[in-house]
Amino acid sequence: MNITEILFWFLTAIALLGALMVVFSRNPVHSVLWLILVFFAISGHYILMNAQFLAIVNLIVYAGAIMVLFLFVIMLMNMNADAEPQKNKWLKMAGTIAGGSLLLVFVAALKDSELQYRSLEGQEGNIGLIHHLGKVLFTDYVLPFEISSVLFLSAMVGAVVIGKKD
Amino acid sequence: MPINYYLFLSIALFSIGIVGVLTRRNAIIIFMCVELMLNAVNVLLIAFSKMHHLKALTANAATTVGTEAQLFVFFIMVVAAAEVTVGLAIIVMMYRNIHSVDINFLNRLKH
Repeated sequence: MNITEILFWFLTAIALLGALMVVFSRNPVHSVLWLILVFFAISGHYILMNAQFLAIVNLIVYAGAIMVLFLFVIMLMNMNADAEPQKNKWLKMAGTIAGGSLLLVFVAALKDSELQYRSLEGQEGNIGLIHHLGKVLFTDYVLPFEISSVLFLSAMVGAVVIGKKD
Repeated sequence: MPINYYLFLSIALFSIGIVGVLTRRNAIIIFMCVELMLNAVNVLLIAFSKMHHLKALTANAATTVGTEAQLFVFFIMVVAAAEVTVGLAIIVMMYRNIHSVDINFLNRLKH
């Protein structure tokens, strides 16, 4: 068991534990903090797969910006832990069974796929570095990049229009 | 690491997100579970990018196969950020109107 496998299993355990705690913790603030832990673990996976730029962007955008936005909204609403009424236990059980069935179907469909001999070993290749990604982004993908700036502008205007007091 | 391990990690994260969306009633938690599902897809895209890149590297040492998947992940993050701003504005508006973020109060499309 080399260092890559140890890191993979460590990060996977952290990601799955954090994801489960996001769903099952009562306090929304704790859910946000567990989700930040999941994003850190996923960034570690990105680094293991040689996607260094996306690892940093994941940390900055998700763990840094989006999760802080969630935290601000939760603190603005002043929610306490048991604000959520515990209503229908059968509905909850049905949701869990449905999600578990989806997991089962995916695993059963993909466990014998012929991909399993492809390995992700090896650290060669530098397509994940910002030098290469930036060049491709500003030559081949410059139109989607500009359109996404329009998307951001419209999202900003939409958030202000929706959020303002009328 | 075989690609299957990343496949199963991604499936597990996605299913946990589905369970969260189906079981929780808090709108903010549901929103966070949607973010979790988006990240599961991102992990899978990066894993397949690495797989194709390694396969192409055996034929050509200077190949750039796999760049598109990383740019897709970049654009998914961009769209997710825009979505979060609008969605949280809607949740704040909803809290201001009905003083709760319980989605059970929102099943009538009117107030």
